[in-house]
Amino acid sequence: MFHVLGRYLLLMRLSFRKPEKFSVYWAEVMREMVSQGVGSLGIIAIISVFIGAVATVQVAFQLSSPLVPQSIAGSISRDSTILEFSPTISALVLAGRIGSSIASQIGTMRVTEQIDALEIMGVNTPGYLISPKILSGISMIPLLTIISVVLGLGGGYLACVLSRDIAPSDYIVGLRDSFKPVIVTVCAVKSLAFGFIITSVCSYFGFYTKGGALEVGQSATKGVVFSCIWILFADLIITSTIL
Amino acid sequence: MIETQNVYKSFGENEVLKDITAQFKPGKNNLIIGTSGSGKTTLLKCIVGLHEPTKGDVLYDGQNFTDMHFKERVHIRKEIGMLFQNSALFDSMNVEQNIMFPLNLFTDMSHSEKLDRANFCLEKVNLAGKNKLFPSELSGGMKKRVGIARAISMQPKYLFVDEPNSGLDPVTSILIDHLIADITQEYNTTTVVVTHDMNSVMGIGDHIIFLYNGQKWWEGTNKQIAHTDNKELNDFVFASSFMKAAREKL
Repeated sequence: MFHVLGRYLLLMRLSFRKPEKFSVYWAEVMREMVSQGVGSLGIIAIISVFIGAVATVQVAFQLSSPLVPQSIAGSISRDSTILEFSPTISALVLAGRIGSSIASQIGTMRVTEQIDALEIMGVNTPGYLISPKILSGISMIPLLTIISVVLGLGGGYLACVLSRDIAPSDYIVGLRDSFKPVIVTVCAVKSLAFGFIITSVCSYFGFYTKGGALEVGQSATKGVVFSCIWILFADLIITSTIL
Repeated sequence: MIETQNVYKSFGENEVLKDITAQFKPGKNNLIIGTSGSGKTTLLKCIVGLHEPTKGDVLYDGQNFTDMHFKERVHIRKEIGMLFQNSALFDSMNVEQNIMFPLNLFTDMSHSEKLDRANFCLEKVNLAGKNKLFPSELSGGMKKRVGIARAISMQPKYLFVDEPNSGLDPVTSILIDHLIADITQEYNTTTVVVTHDMNSVMGIGDHIIFLYNGQKWWEGTNKQIAHTDNKELNDFVFASSFMKAAREKL
């Protein structure tokens, strides 16, 4: 385990060496941003709307008492969406979508000698292959999380309109009631950390792939599984530290 | 000139290279031949720095490459071109982008200059006009030729070629061999080719090193190879009955 951790840290150090040419790396960052950000927009939109809607309906069901104001469902939905559903569920889904793509892309480059070709040319391969993915991850995943929060709350509103369990106006009142800005800080820190975990862990497993097509698949699986475990671990640490 | 001095390479308990001392001169096609598992590719990878020798040194024009750090090696690596067994073209880039990639990273040429250079390299390998094709759209022979075009785009002093004929038909194999020989002559490159193709050995082998069980077993030219009495080399070169019959007629 310490061997893996040491190798991971060394790879990260190599990844952030000074680039050979900034413009070439910047072009890679932009390409990754489109791939990770725009490419994940669809899946994030779908899961956010549905999770927001389901969360609101469930909270409304559990709080169906004349002694509890209906607007409380809006507050609970808001807090759970911002604190947990949007950053963590999105990150777990993105680990599958972005992480497996990163690990299999780098792994395929390794087994087809494309990484060797880069090294022969004198390119710092971890820097060229990994740093653009990490920079893109820590910028695009927070942006996707913001979109997820907005759509999740929108999904909750939609559920109110469609189900009539809560009046939409009560839901809006609940969203605005007793808002604590610290939950946004928690959400931002989580999404940054998850962006780094997904891209760096999957890059690590892809970069050290050995063998052929079978091993590329195994690296992608390992990348996703370890990313998910680290996301959940970081989730607990960040939540218990800041809140 | 490239020299290997008493190079050893082991993977765990398995000693793949044993005391390899050799010189590879500029302007010559230096061939490393041997059976599968004899250590040819490992030696090539030790020379280019993809593997670190367990013991021994690799020298490029007298500079000890083995002792250098990553940053020190970069200036030598800029003078290296390499064609890999599977061509190793970047899948996400088209032919033109593959060839321009090292130029983008390591030169200050303008876009039009880089494009001119890419077109020149493509003409050299008879692939003019194929700029926009992606590696997935190319045949095996075309991939090799694009690989050569990329390898020569930086006008290398040292050219390394790993199994250039694997998976190719005899006509395309000979075409690739001639291309490598022409480039070596024209640019006076120090060319090192790993192969077990006997057409290449007989056709372009100015200087041949035969590896056997990880050791340098024989060294000579393609003219000497037909008349050697080295048993292991003869078993390798004249393995087929066709080659045995051809030898008897020599």
